[in-house]
Amino acid sequence: MTPPRIPLLAAVACLCFVGAARAADSVTGFVGGRVIPISGPEIPTGTVVIRGGTIAAVGPVDAVPLPADARRIDATGLVLMPGLVDTHSHVGGGQGGDASGPVQPDVRILDSINVRDAGFRKCLAGGLTTLNIMPGSGHLASGQTVYVKLRRAGTIDDLLYRDAAGRPLGGLKMANGTNSQKEPPFPGTRGKSAALVRQKFVKALAYRDKLARAAGDPEKLPDRDLELESLVDVLEKRKIVHHHCHRADDIITVLRLREEFGFDVVLHHVSEAWKVAPEIAKSGAGCSVIVLDSPGGKIEAADFSLITGAVLEEAGVPCALHTDDPVTDSRLFLRTAALAVRAGMSRGKALESLTLAGAKMLGLGDRIGSLDVGKDADLVVLSGDPLSAKTKVLQTYVEGRKVFDRDDPEDRLFAVGGFGASRDQKAEPCCIGPAFGATR
Amino acid sequence: MRHGRTLLVVRHLAVAAAAVALLLDAPMSAVAETLAVRGDVVHTMTGPPLTDGVVVIENGKIRAVGPAATTAIPPTAKLLRGAVVTPGLVDAHSVVGLAGHLNQPQDQDQLDPGEAIQPELRAIDAYNPQERLIEWLRGFGVTTIHTGHAPGALVAGQTMVVKLSGNTVEEAVLVPAAMVAATLGDSTRPQGEDADKKSPGTRSKAVAMLRAEFVKTREYLRKRTLADESKRPDTDLRLEALAGVLAGKVPLLVTADRAHDIASALRIAAEFRLRLVLDSAAESYLLVDRIKAAGVPVIIHPTMRRSGGGGAETENLSFETAARLAEAGIPIALQSGYESYVPKTRVVLFEAGLAAAHGLSFEKALAAITIDAARIIGVADRVGSLEVGKDGDVAIYDGDPFEYTTHCTGVVINGAVMSSEPR
Repeated sequence: MTPPRIPLLAAVACLCFVGAARAADSVTGFVGGRVIPISGPEIPTGTVVIRGGTIAAVGPVDAVPLPADARRIDATGLVLMPGLVDTHSHVGGGQGGDASGPVQPDVRILDSINVRDAGFRKCLAGGLTTLNIMPGSGHLASGQTVYVKLRRAGTIDDLLYRDAAGRPLGGLKMANGTNSQKEPPFPGTRGKSAALVRQKFVKALAYRDKLARAAGDPEKLPDRDLELESLVDVLEKRKIVHHHCHRADDIITVLRLREEFGFDVVLHHVSEAWKVAPEIAKSGAGCSVIVLDSPGGKIEAADFSLITGAVLEEAGVPCALHTDDPVTDSRLFLRTAALAVRAGMSRGKALESLTLAGAKMLGLGDRIGSLDVGKDADLVVLSGDPLSAKTKVLQTYVEGRKVFDRDDPEDRLFAVGGFGASRDQKAEPCCIGPAFGATR
Repeated sequence: MRHGRTLLVVRHLAVAAAAVALLLDAPMSAVAETLAVRGDVVHTMTGPPLTDGVVVIENGKIRAVGPAATTAIPPTAKLLRGAVVTPGLVDAHSVVGLAGHLNQPQDQDQLDPGEAIQPELRAIDAYNPQERLIEWLRGFGVTTIHTGHAPGALVAGQTMVVKLSGNTVEEAVLVPAAMVAATLGDSTRPQGEDADKKSPGTRSKAVAMLRAEFVKTREYLRKRTLADESKRPDTDLRLEALAGVLAGKVPLLVTADRAHDIASALRIAAEFRLRLVLDSAAESYLLVDRIKAAGVPVIIHPTMRRSGGGGAETENLSFETAARLAEAGIPIALQSGYESYVPKTRVVLFEAGLAAAHGLSFEKALAAITIDAARIIGVADRVGSLEVGKDGDVAIYDGDPFEYTTHCTGVVINGAVMSSEPR
């Protein structure tokens, strides 16, 4: 299933390992700030200790002693929370499938991402540290998504999350509704859309059965088929389906297909989820919600409402938020949660939906999304309350390394915009750039 | 807390249901009442905010503004209360009402691609007062918008100023022909079939075409007054529309983002002595001195406008432009702008909030969506501040209006309560 890893990748991984070992020497304590761990109650005056790339301690100031070798950062008056997790982003100019057909699950977006895109620097300025980068919604299946950690990068390989076997992590982007309807070979109706998807999954089931029957016997193995292989990953729940859907009936159609084929799905955008919240809750599927400044722009978002997050929370549906950057600006991701609170979502759930809830939907809930000992040291230092319009992201840390500092003139340009703020940036290979660790 | 939130959700659901119901029924017509709007803080925009102030509205007009303790309130007045009271918000540039939320050909009347220069197109002939985005904007406190033909053609057509109430454009309109909307930059290049055979294909050609049209208008006006009636030209609606611009009665609104396009707008305005209003102006911070010297006001792009990349004209925009222009003393307003996709409109309340978080003072940011906006679009005698004799347009909030988690809890237009659900 896994393509052999090329030597270059191994070399880069090796360099990173060396870097990580060096980072392990570095201990930093953020002392005196309000700490929002997400996984537990807010700590009014807390300390967060990071050792290398990992969180080593979190608690009230008087309960967490600062190690003797720690660099002390005074966070008095500031707020610390986990790095934000964006479950749906298009940063980096990546593309999925082309116009040749509506179902292209073999296409990987990781093969097309420009890591020098200024958008990544803007993400860090917004406090984002993990993204699910998705192909578009113009196909029924537009390709494989990729989960990235916003380290300083020379190539996309530096950004990847990998599983234990070294495979890049991501899901499969699917879509229904109006975006994927166009001239043949694309579907012209919703019924046709569902039929095409079902036909492909039926083929994938047969392919899976052939693989199982062959039991590794080369004489019996079917020819390798990258499209079906990707769908088998979905059927075997090794990949989550990230499904674009707006209208209530489109949401229900996704749940019907999920029931038939038994895959895991996150429902994305869900403009009309407020109409079918009990049905979503019953299915157990999670929702990744977009928060917009107004309804419309296309027919399927005509009944968009700010109440979606609140209604899903009431119904007990796991709920994350996303930017859909460039639809909303990654630098304003905190605002998305604040608007959900404006329309009735609880503060706790809204902050969770920016972090831990999204991490869980990407299958990364054990590594990121909360300030817990042992998790990656991805965190954001804020000037004030995360839901206030006045609050600024002051610093962003990824695996213990400071990757954004508002006091740095170059970083500030990406935070507020200005001349040159959208130009491609020079690359910085993972782990061999300026001093690794909590200092720049 | 939990109970309160449930209530809020239920209320929002009711609002959403009502919005859907509105599609089926004719909109309710709101009736002017005698109102006393009392706020812990009242931003009159004529001086420092009042603490525990009240605004009295009778027959659609403001009758009194002052401290609650010393201002006479008519016994018949209906009392509205809130933490913060502001003038009804003024959106200095929108396309709502011409551009509908569906974003389908049948509800997009903001831009006719037929010709490059069409100043005769009137906004009043295309405004749909039943458009759902009007209710959406109003729910956040917006009561007046400057709307009309969109950026994207060299001269797209006219704009107008409307109140966000009324069942017909005649009931809604404040100024039927407010400005003539022009654009300089990449977006004026023709698109679609035979695009390469149409003009303007270059920036120079666009400016040449614009100058030619103003020269033609001058000639037309000269010949219209010839002694020999037989030599007078027939009435030409296009040139009549530009005549108002040449006479300085109607401002030319020029959307331009690149600094060199802004410079072209200033050059043309100087040549023909036009009243210029700059629009969007992403790179205006590079030309602060020239814009100030020209005495030209700027309606700045939505603070949250997408910057794009890869050479997009807005790639250099900044959250801090409003602050930098205001600091230089350039008159500014903020706008919801034109959106071609999702979201179909922005909300000036949020755009001002973000500008206020990036260097613009609270007072200047609020002025940019009330009195300063009203001045730039020419309706400051009617709206934009809470003053005796002005229209009874008020927005009520349960906290700092620029905080995302604050709600707009009441909207009044011409003394009629348009909404009182928290939004």
